[in-house]
Amino acid sequence: MNFKKTLWAATLALGLAVGSGPVFAQKKMIQVKGSDTMVNLVQILAEEFMNKNPGSALAIMGGGSGTGITAIINGTCDIATHSREWKQKELDLAWEKGVKPRFFVVAVDGLSIIVHEKNPIEKMTMPQVGSLYKGEIKNWKVVGGPDKAVSLYGRQSNSGTYAFLQEHVLGNKNYSLDVKEMNGNAQIIESVIQDEGGIGYVGVGYLFDQNGKIRKGIKVLNVSKDASSEAFSPLDKQNIDSGKYPISRPLYEATNGKPNAAVAGFLTFETGPEGQEIVAREGFFAISEAHKIQNAKNLK
Amino acid sequence: MKKKKSSRFKEQAIRSFFFTCGILAILALAGIFIILLTMAFPAFKDISLKEFLGSGRWDPTSPEKAEYGILSMIVSTLLVTAGALLFAVPIGLGVASYLSDVAHWRVREVVKPLIEVLAAIPSVVVGFLGIVLFAPFLGRLFHLGNGLNALNGSVLLAIMALPTIISLSEDSLNAVPSFYAEASLALGGSRWQTLVRVKIPAALSGIIASIMLGMGRAIGETMTVLMATGNARSFPHGLLSSVRTMTADIAIEIGGVPYYTTHYYALFGIGLVLFLMTFAVNMVADIILNKYQQRER
Repeated sequence: MNFKKTLWAATLALGLAVGSGPVFAQKKMIQVKGSDTMVNLVQILAEEFMNKNPGSALAIMGGGSGTGITAIINGTCDIATHSREWKQKELDLAWEKGVKPRFFVVAVDGLSIIVHEKNPIEKMTMPQVGSLYKGEIKNWKVVGGPDKAVSLYGRQSNSGTYAFLQEHVLGNKNYSLDVKEMNGNAQIIESVIQDEGGIGYVGVGYLFDQNGKIRKGIKVLNVSKDASSEAFSPLDKQNIDSGKYPISRPLYEATNGKPNAAVAGFLTFETGPEGQEIVAREGFFAISEAHKIQNAKNLK
Repeated sequence: MKKKKSSRFKEQAIRSFFFTCGILAILALAGIFIILLTMAFPAFKDISLKEFLGSGRWDPTSPEKAEYGILSMIVSTLLVTAGALLFAVPIGLGVASYLSDVAHWRVREVVKPLIEVLAAIPSVVVGFLGIVLFAPFLGRLFHLGNGLNALNGSVLLAIMALPTIISLSEDSLNAVPSFYAEASLALGGSRWQTLVRVKIPAALSGIIASIMLGMGRAIGETMTVLMATGNARSFPHGLLSSVRTMTADIAIEIGGVPYYTTHYYALFGIGLVLFLMTFAVNMVADIILNKYQQRER
């Protein structure tokens, strides 16, 4: 107990010292933390927002959706970005600590399945993708490819993409222990480019190079819901909007309770026409009307 | 009389200052150990010790059934470390012998500090080289799709352990009294025989200690292996498997784990096992070094 008091005193003293400093006095940094899938997108949104609103300051960090959610529960960030919904355990923990999360949808992602460009496969069903990642299929010839061992690339367990795929494609079953767990979307792409037997999953925004072209060396698969339905590409906005592409998902930001003016300003910018234009430019998809109504409600 | 008193007081003050410094280091060590122990303890309410140390399946976030076996991570850590020593010991010993016995003193003056600079390269930079340089090379060499495996980690860790091994081995080779070598040469031994049969055996405890210290570094290294070994959780089949070490697992999961859950405590459990492993290695190194110094006296 005594230790805690000392800690509080130290924090207070530090806060005063920093607060009274001339440099830090004008700006209150908004801390944004979480999803690696979203980190580049939110970084660009934040830069644009800061250009338009001198005096505002945002710091964007990745680490994974789980990291962001943990941070907002522990009060170490202002906005948590996450590419999956909160788990019941996390919601319980938040309420226990007096944190009342509010959710905003800022973009929509088509989770893309990528293979090496030399792999002749063009499409797969969701159950096939699931079987691959569960480790049930170990050779590409089972799904109509060459006689080559499957080399699985994925994200780490604090990633929202990891959790999303596990829930929606693996049917809440365990991942194969042979999945090579990479640090982020970019590392998965780099690995699949080098690995002829490789398969990976990444957010659609990471598929493009600086010129807006699909990265060289990878192939984006068309995915169908099951064996009897048609396969669709995640690269076509219409397929996402209409829900034809089966593994698309909203990308969220969460605040603790009603956002303060500075945070609300940023959220309004992100979900408004300017923000959504950037979202589309970065390869993600704009949010739907239903999302907009929900966002507006949560801002109040 | 007065002067003497003040100098005695000064003496006392300095003495207690150094005593405090020494105690602080021990307190820090004891504190870390106690924190690890108390934080790891609650994990074993839900996990049996048999599962924790005996099972190779680690899947704490599984929607089916959370599993907490760290055996494959322990084996991976040992595998990567052993692989690193496989490269670092012969090379390190060779370089140390060259520097102490073959090289011109001018060469030694330049090369030894340069090797010690190697120790100052940040581990994240070494890991970066692993990803962009060694991994693709190993992948092509062994016709694998990728080179993110235990071997890649071993090579990088060997590079990081080399400065310790070379520097300390060279010191202990130099510390062998010169009349040992002179006696051997006088009896008609060649320089090679003198080095292998006289100087290295005489410096052996110092050399072994240097290897143990290098090994301690390799076991505890995190960033490099996290970046370079692929982090698959499966039980390793050999140096060409993608592996996840204990350090890498803690680093990956501590950021996203909900606090005060079994998973959280289990990570401290891994930390405790790791601490005990490095502690044992350092302890052995220390005992060997001590023995060596006593014999020289």
